[in-house]
Amino acid sequence: MQIEMRGIDKAFGSNKVLQNAGFELRDGEIHALMGENGAGKSTLMKILTGVYTRDAGTVTVDGKEVVYHNPQEAEKAGIVFIYQELNVLFDLTVEENLFMGKEITKGFGICDKKTMRSKAQEIMEKMGVHIPVNAVMSDLSVGQQQMVEICKALMVDAKVLIMDEPTAALTESETKVLFEVIESLKAKGVSIVYISHRMEEIFQLCDRITILRDGQYVGTRNISEITMDDVVQMMIGREIGERYPQRDVKIGEEVLRVEGLTHEKMFRDVNFSVRAGEVLGVSGLMGAGRTEIMQAIFGNLPLVSGKLFIEGKEVRIQNPRQAIAAGIGFITEDRKTEGLLLEKSSAENMEICNLNKISDKSVLSKKKGAGLVKKGIDEFRIKCFGPDHECSNLSGGNQQKVVLAKWIYTDPKILILDEPTRGVDIGAKKEIYNVINDMAARGVAVIMVSSELPEVLGMSDRIMVVHEGCVTGIINGKDADQAKVMTLATGGSLA
Amino acid sequence: MNIETKKFGAKIGEYGAFIALALLVVAMTIFADGFATGSNLLNLLRQAAFNGLIAFGMTLVILSDGIDLSVGSVFALSAIICAELMMSGLNAVLAVLIALAAGTVLGLISGFLVAKCRLQAFIATLITMTAYRGLAYIITDGRPISRLAESATSGAFFFKVLGKGNLLLFDTIRIPIPAIILVIAFLAVWFILTKTTFGRRIYATGSNAKCANLVGVDTAKVKIACYAICGFLAALAGLMMCSRLNSAQPTFGDGYELDAIAATALGGTSMSGGRGRITGTIAGVLIIAVLNNGLNIMDVSSYYQQVIKAVVILVAVLADRKR
Repeated sequence: MQIEMRGIDKAFGSNKVLQNAGFELRDGEIHALMGENGAGKSTLMKILTGVYTRDAGTVTVDGKEVVYHNPQEAEKAGIVFIYQELNVLFDLTVEENLFMGKEITKGFGICDKKTMRSKAQEIMEKMGVHIPVNAVMSDLSVGQQQMVEICKALMVDAKVLIMDEPTAALTESETKVLFEVIESLKAKGVSIVYISHRMEEIFQLCDRITILRDGQYVGTRNISEITMDDVVQMMIGREIGERYPQRDVKIGEEVLRVEGLTHEKMFRDVNFSVRAGEVLGVSGLMGAGRTEIMQAIFGNLPLVSGKLFIEGKEVRIQNPRQAIAAGIGFITEDRKTEGLLLEKSSAENMEICNLNKISDKSVLSKKKGAGLVKKGIDEFRIKCFGPDHECSNLSGGNQQKVVLAKWIYTDPKILILDEPTRGVDIGAKKEIYNVINDMAARGVAVIMVSSELPEVLGMSDRIMVVHEGCVTGIINGKDADQAKVMTLATGGSLA
Repeated sequence: MNIETKKFGAKIGEYGAFIALALLVVAMTIFADGFATGSNLLNLLRQAAFNGLIAFGMTLVILSDGIDLSVGSVFALSAIICAELMMSGLNAVLAVLIALAAGTVLGLISGFLVAKCRLQAFIATLITMTAYRGLAYIITDGRPISRLAESATSGAFFFKVLGKGNLLLFDTIRIPIPAIILVIAFLAVWFILTKTTFGRRIYATGSNAKCANLVGVDTAKVKIACYAICGFLAALAGLMMCSRLNSAQPTFGDGYELDAIAATALGGTSMSGGRGRITGTIAGVLIIAVLNNGLNIMDVSSYYQQVIKAVVILVAVLADRKR
């Protein structure tokens, strides 16, 4: 299926999200769509699939001009959008999800379970994935849930598959399986639009790349004729310079020390310390227990044993309130379900962490609140229509900036960041790194958990590696390389 | 539906309940003789006070992502506690204060079941609703307690004023005390929701409890506080009723939770918490009061009244959503 979008304009109120944007998709290609957060990638694809209506421009499919009024019409035509937030029914089984809305019946609405089950199995086998069709969705990993979504798309005979950040929550092995599936789909003539911030993946997987910037079409290139640096430059319209900004900070006294931290199931005997102005990177495979260790330090996960010392004094932390009072800030891994009040404004999100700062005796001060929010929006360069802009309508990078702002204004002594740059574009990534460096320069002890090895290597003074709930090593940032970290992360030792 | 119309809808939706109220008032003025008189409107406010107080509490609870089915039972049980205390010879002022405290504790218990025992709000308050109603029957042996003011050893004036009293303005305008209590309660809840850190914490808890907890909001405490306030307001309404009728009955407040929920929904508060305004709820309360009052004046049979009320609520809620 060939798609051509030309001269697409779209405005939400007075905010022009797309101006003369375009995109062209050929038969059976994997086409990357890149751009910074807020560049209009998702909006453009939502216009294609009828989620939004366009203000101007044309969309032609196989040479005929079309307008889809809703995603169902697009789906009927064979264009399926797999959203980043998967659209699955978590309480139902795989098979029920696959056939939702298109059940096979024996008549009178009685489901023909046998036929559906065998058909579901057939599709799974064709895709080369091994997921029991009677498993309940919520028991599956995110990667498996995504596979089910893809299978669902193939059941309606999709000719174009649009994937938004499909690997954001996948482990490395799951990503590999996904790529194999995508390749096999391509071989069958399915075209794929691949939206991602992960440069390495795009160069590994895609045939062509289209870049948008500030809602405008910048250009389309063959992957083989372009370098990563070129792509970055096209995306931001300027040279980005060093990917990981340098930091010149004198490391001070020990701020946090952890001794013998043990959880019933997730981790045991964890010992480490962080100093003022230091960035401790935490690496490990998905499910190694990194997030759980941080959740426990923050008082959100009960401990069997272990001691915490802050500035040399032992503290007892049993809930997040005590952690915050002790000077810990925690930027969680999942900003949508844990980090943000999504349906609330960025102002309210920044204020909820700092209620004591913007109130006198529990009565809110409008002036102080507005001052804090304005400072946050300016300092972090949050792109929004204003402080009342609902967070669910912000791009990933801007959402993350709201989360950063709200924690940083609590003046933490210790800042824990769990996957701070997940689903965030290169420009915003660098801004986040700068924030981390600023915090370190101010004498904050920073702990950064990340699955992106280059980021851990580029940003950390020391790197702690976790494997199956145990710390397998803490290495100096200068001495570390990918091989060493991976050896420790897979349970090996550095002899 | 695309984004623009949604945003536009949200703007109008803020005032949707007031538009509906205005239309209804116009209709009643035309069709119900004697509706638009000063004395009737003041009387209407008195009638609205009972549901209003309960609905304010209900709004707090619903904003925190809960629901309180027990308000009708709290209404009855508090009234009965007050009446029993008065009959036993206690000063009426003290009896009222103790009954208010009791109502608060009854709400607190519901909150505890929800926040600490992690029962679903619907189930938890279904349990307390049944239990409190049962207690009301046990205490009274199923019989009403009457002639309260006359039996009071002291403080009878205070007790009478609560539900029956009027504030005389310019020697002509008699403002019912319940209406004044309603306005004070409205201002208090409005202040809590819009001007205090506690209000912010209620919205945060209802919007995303997991996130709220991680940013240092004690969501359990917030929820319990909402149920406690709701219990207090339901008790206050119950005592006003007790004063007005000069009697307390175990059947008091039966089904009142439904009117309170209806008023909250009419006001545009999201049933899943986190979104809503107390100004919407007062509009919802007045819509229901105007309907009851106007239909009574027009002498519509109470059987028909229920169906008409249902239809108006349906239309108002639908219109709110469409826009």
